[in-house]
Amino acid sequence: MDFQDYKGVWVFIEQKDGEVASVSLELLGAGRKLADKRGVELAGILIGENVKNLTKTLFEYGADTVYVYDQPIFKHYRTETYMKALLECTEKHKPEIILYGATSTGKDLASAVATDMPTGLTADTTELDVEEDTGLLLASRPAFGGNIMATILCKKYRPQMATVRAKVMKALPPEPGRIGKVVEETISLKEEDIRTKVLEIVKETVKKVRIDEADIIVAGGKGLGSYEGFQLVHQLAETLGGAVGASRDVVEAGWIDHPHQVGQTGVTVTPKIYFAIGISGAIQHIVGMKNSGLIIAINKDKEAPIFQTCHYGIVGDAFEVVPILIEQFKKAISRDKVIK
Amino acid sequence: MLHIVACIKQVPDTKIIKMNPKTNTMDRRTAPAILNPYDAHAVEEAVRLKERYGGIVSVLTMGPPPAVSAIKKCVEIGADEGYLITDRRFAGADTLATSYALSKALDKIAKQQPIDLVICGKMSIDGDTGQVGPGIARRLDIPPLTSVNKVVEINQEEGYAIVHRKLEDGFEVVRSTLPCMFSVEKTINEVPYSPLPNVIRAARYKPHIWSVDDLEEVDIKQLGLKGSPTIVSRVWAPQKPAGGTFLEGNPAAQVDQLLSVLLEKKELFETKEEI
Ligand SMILES: Cc1cc2nc3c(=O)[nH]c(=O)nc-3n(C[C@H](O)[C@H](O)[C@H](O)COP(=O)(O)OP(=O)(O)OC[C@H]3O[C@@H](n4cnc5c(N)ncnc54)[C@H](O)[C@@H]3O)c2cc1C
Ligand SMILES: Cc1cc2nc3c(=O)[nH]c(=O)nc-3n(C[C@H](O)[C@H](O)[C@H](O)COP(=O)(O)OP(=O)(O)OC[C@H]3O[C@@H](n4cnc5c(N)ncnc54)[C@H](O)[C@@H]3O)c2cc1C
Repeated sequence: MDFQDYKGVWVFIEQKDGEVASVSLELLGAGRKLADKRGVELAGILIGENVKNLTKTLFEYGADTVYVYDQPIFKHYRTETYMKALLECTEKHKPEIILYGATSTGKDLASAVATDMPTGLTADTTELDVEEDTGLLLASRPAFGGNIMATILCKKYRPQMATVRAKVMKALPPEPGRIGKVVEETISLKEEDIRTKVLEIVKETVKKVRIDEADIIVAGGKGLGSYEGFQLVHQLAETLGGAVGASRDVVEAGWIDHPHQVGQTGVTVTPKIYFAIGISGAIQHIVGMKNSGLIIAINKDKEAPIFQTCHYGIVGDAFEVVPILIEQFKKAISRDKVIK
Repeated sequence: MLHIVACIKQVPDTKIIKMNPKTNTMDRRTAPAILNPYDAHAVEEAVRLKERYGGIVSVLTMGPPPAVSAIKKCVEIGADEGYLITDRRFAGADTLATSYALSKALDKIAKQQPIDLVICGKMSIDGDTGQVGPGIARRLDIPPLTSVNKVVEINQEEGYAIVHRKLEDGFEVVRSTLPCMFSVEKTINEVPYSPLPNVIRAARYKPHIWSVDDLEEVDIKQLGLKGSPTIVSRVWAPQKPAGGTFLEGNPAAQVDQLLSVLLEKKELFETKEEI
């Protein structure tokens, strides 16, 4: 394998319902830094049906080139069809690095592609860097349930690949009118040769909970004692117009559903304000909220690890403090109209 | 009759794991080895499908000799046969080398009884990459179906399976040819307490134990550390943040201070559009 032949940083662009996934825009931001350090191009690889019009957005967010496979066979994501396109495109253009969002689609695709290539794949990366002269990708990730961080290298194979967690990297501010090169590709795949068929897509009608988009999150932990106690969290969230978050132990106790879980095996959130009430601050929880703008912890144990991560800490009983907080906020809202 | 193979892994219980702060390695004495919790759901689903359609459930693991106890746990859940592949030459495998070794063991198991379905857990709780399932599927050249949270139908005669794959905002119904691979979500089922006869059987059960030499057509270069493109180069403890300011006084005073901090930063409350 001649490493000289491999050049450029690629980002697999995830899209759905005519929109680019935000994680892909974040990866273009991260990829831009790697590409600039190496002095190479940043490319997006876009696969789907009727997706060509998305290239404009990708250029605005930092891509120099976009490889596009726009064919009916790519209407729904399927491992085998997307994998074949990606393998063919990589074989042809030989990138040095490929990044994928660590979403279910990104992980599914990257795992399959890595096996066929074959090459190494670093999972759930949270820190990325590249060696300027060698092009070696330094991809770091939490492991052992977040107890350690590890830097993973792939020295002997190209391309180097990593899946990267959502909400960890930052998208660049879009540059309107920035343009780049569109490379249209096609692959001959026959529907009858594909072993899987998507028969139906069912959108759950329940109001979808997307706490990762909220500006204010009030999260509660096991310290609230019971399902009834946890309602205090709902009350504060309602007062502030925020969303409700929870620790895993709360979800396992059945006080609230899994989409509300913040942390390693839940969602990663970056609201402007994060309240952690009765949450001890286990590392698996911290990784999911530490990048929040302002973290406020309320816990009766002064030694609780959450106080190491917060900006403001209140040592006290949630059942004393939070009701006063709700009352005072309500007054402030009607007085200053600060919060909608 | 269906032959379902669940792939399972023995893992340290990361919930109570203690790390050696100097070396950043795990203190094995503090971390009991357990069956990867996600894999219990894989085995449970295999057992339910066996009950629905008839067949046998085998479990396969690659690991050190003590992994036998994880196999026994699976027999308690209802697995019929257990296979352990264990050899120093497997050690240090990344996901690529792991899926290679497991696929060779699956080839051998399939010679005794063709495999209709391979079921994996969503991920392990130690390496937690979730990459091994799709890797196995590619190596066996069978369709990988990840994020499976319901099995609608398995039709062995006509050679297809229909499942629900979890999506961010719902699910999709997918039909695949058999054989295929599922990696299953935890929500697919609940693992009940094991019935006593299974527990008794498990206590006596002796799994099949194979080394590299028992497998066929194995390229040694693709095993273990040698066959692993990724290497762990540096391990460190996540940095400890500096900590915040404590708000002092009685609860009312604490709240007062907090409010004055928050209300000064009005931009915090300027919401984006409604979501
Ligand atoms: C592989 C793995 C993945 C995990 N993923 C996640 C994850 O995604 N998210 C997550 O959150 N956890 C996760 N965990 C679990 C995590 O390790 C902790 O067990 C969990 O976060 C603890 O939840 P808690 O803080 O609510 O409960 P506890 O640790 O029990 O803390 C309760 C806290 O409440 C305080 N308290 C008690 N009473 C009061 C009161 N009246 N007023 C104020 N404070 C009070 C106590 O001092 C204590 O600090 C994971 C674990 C593993 C092993
Ligand atoms: C700190 C650290 C970081 C690592 N990071 C990476 C990385 O980024 N990329 C990489 O390729 N490797 C990595 N590895 C190596 C990886 O953990 C091992 O390859 C491991 O053997 C399998 O991966 P996993 O635990 O992630 O399994 P997963 O892919 O998470 O497991 C999914 C499912 O596959 C099946 N399965 C997994 N392992 C076995 C087994 N031994 N026997 C039977 N079935 C099994 C189970 O059904 C399981 O539920 C890392 C290891 C360490 C110690």
